[in-house]
Amino acid sequence: MKEIVVISGKGGTGKTSITAALSYLGGKDVVVADCDVDAADMHLLMQPDFSNKEKFYSGYLATVDKDKCTNCDKCIEVCRFDAISYVDGKININELNCEGCGYCAEICPEKAITLETRYVGDWYISKIKTGGTMVHARLGIGAENSGKLVAKIKNEAKTIASSEHKEIILIDGSPGIGCPVVSSLSGANYAIMVTEPTVSGVHDLKRVHQLVKKFSIPSGCIINKADLNDLITKQIKEYLELENINLIAELPYDETFTEAMVNGKTIVEYNHSSLKCKMVESWEKIK
Amino acid sequence: MKIAIASGKGGTGKTTLSTNLAGYLSKQYEVVLVDLDVEEPNSGLFMNGPLILSEDKYKMIPEWVGKCSMCGLCQQVCKFNAIVCLEDEIMVFPELCHSCYACSELCPESALPMFPQKMGELKHFRDNHLSFVESRLDIGQEQAVPLIAQTHKYIDEHFNAGFVRIMDAPPGTSCPVIEAVKKVDFVILVTEPTPFGLHDLKLAVETMKALNKKFGVVINRFGIGNDDVISYCKEEGIDILAKIPNDRRIAELYSRGELIYDKFPEFTEQLERIKKYIFTLN
Amino acid sequence: MRIAFTAKGTDWNSKIDSRFGRTDYLLLYDEDKKKIETIDNRAIANEAHGAGPQTAQKFIGLKPDILITGNGPGGNAALVLKRASVKVFIGASEMTVKEAYDTYQKNLLQEQTL
Repeated sequence: MKEIVVISGKGGTGKTSITAALSYLGGKDVVVADCDVDAADMHLLMQPDFSNKEKFYSGYLATVDKDKCTNCDKCIEVCRFDAISYVDGKININELNCEGCGYCAEICPEKAITLETRYVGDWYISKIKTGGTMVHARLGIGAENSGKLVAKIKNEAKTIASSEHKEIILIDGSPGIGCPVVSSLSGANYAIMVTEPTVSGVHDLKRVHQLVKKFSIPSGCIINKADLNDLITKQIKEYLELENINLIAELPYDETFTEAMVNGKTIVEYNHSSLKCKMVESWEKIK
Repeated sequence: MKIAIASGKGGTGKTTLSTNLAGYLSKQYEVVLVDLDVEEPNSGLFMNGPLILSEDKYKMIPEWVGKCSMCGLCQQVCKFNAIVCLEDEIMVFPELCHSCYACSELCPESALPMFPQKMGELKHFRDNHLSFVESRLDIGQEQAVPLIAQTHKYIDEHFNAGFVRIMDAPPGTSCPVIEAVKKVDFVILVTEPTPFGLHDLKLAVETMKALNKKFGVVINRFGIGNDDVISYCKEEGIDILAKIPNDRRIAELYSRGELIYDKFPEFTEQLERIKKYIFTLN
Repeated sequence: MRIAFTAKGTDWNSKIDSRFGRTDYLLLYDEDKKKIETIDNRAIANEAHGAGPQTAQKFIGLKPDILITGNGPGGNAALVLKRASVKVFIGASEMTVKEAYDTYQKNLLQEQTL
């Protein structure tokens, strides 16, 4: 089984559109895992049926039993997050501010505060329009993606892949360089880095590649909107060569990506022969 | 006036708008632009002017004094897995620590006093009427919220209400965004007229409503995609402040780290509309 | 030598788990006693953050001399392993524990400096 993860560092490089196109090309032979939970947009192109839904819990939330509480204020004194205050004369916990550290529960003399696991969103196993399977998630407000959620999504995808004898898991990786992206990369066999020739694009490519290197994962790069700035594209290519990163494809700045998206389609389903061709070639190189 | 510029996802043009709006308004007002995308601040690429102040920002973390009874209470109370008790040593992992103080204050032997640890850096630049403040988390640091909170504090102490204060918020709808927009008067949500843009805008709108924030929308790359964002805003009664035209030349200027407003009258016109809108708010 | 593996199961035929912090099992082979010990680490799936150091703590409780794994531990876990002077060999993803052990004995696994 091969685990391929697509990452980009910053948003807006076209990572999700590219991952969706590759998923389409992989068809029913791939299991797709959308780990970009903060901006989970891939479902808009893959039409999942949301057939299997489960709740996801992560971290903790303090709750007060108002009958047991004697308003001694000890919890307010220890809380570093301004999460506890009086509402209508009763101790109240502000859910958005509570970090779930449990200090208040630990010291409450009346044992009126308990720490509960926090419901942060839902995750799904869906059939998608290619006939393949996609594992994805949706988080509530203020909830953050975590290594735990990414590990969960990837694990489900792996279980499905091994029981249905699928050879490839394609992962839309999390943005940034924090815990979720580390979890996206962990265990992967190949990383595709999507970048664009802008000053910030290059910067982010280098940062995200540091991580990939640390995990000794072989990697390739797709330069999106490559003709937007020839000078920076050239710099990116020099960097790739220096670091021994495979240049998978250079895609032009092309609004057809957006047109396809508006029609709920990936670029390879859309009538655009040269872009489609490039994506097909890319997929052949990667899979 | 304090305004935040936010978006449901990255790459919608949040930085383009905040840097250009700040530059444009500074022709007439005293302006400070604050980059609160502390994990990856990049507004600075578009800003000029000398550095006038740089200060390290700290968070409080526990440090083991080197000896105790190894009772293990600290590891047990830490809900963030930031403490590991080995046979003869207690290890603290600062980047996992949320500075809740529980281990430190509950330790029966006071073996884990809290010490400031550097988490990032704040830099303050000034170019005539435009000040620029950015905070950047050190590599490996994961807690954006405390640095954002400290940056807000710096702004409140150094820039009074006479300044137009523009906060460039991190993307998304999670805790750092909430912290970034907490104390502002108005939030501008930047989106694109595409299905991805609309989907992420809806999440951002839900977040603003949950926080009881006043907000409006700016559509970037107007002309591509479809009209669904406009219809959505109409249905929801959300004001559209401006529509920035889709133009490859704007993307090219951005790729080189250049400002746009002084080169593009169509763009300036949209900034003027935003200015009029925010100055008639109360 | 006490040799530890990150594994998907509890015997020689189990696959190596390429992850360290979120590995399903830790498996220890004592070469002198010719015995296997295991730790079930699956509860780590409940931890949102900091899986690496938690697993590392359990791991060094096994008193191993050597770790054989897939991608290698992340930074925090590596700090803990360093304290216990464990040597780390990576690149055993896709192998079974037995295959990984044989490959290690032939000196064909890459040592990772912590």
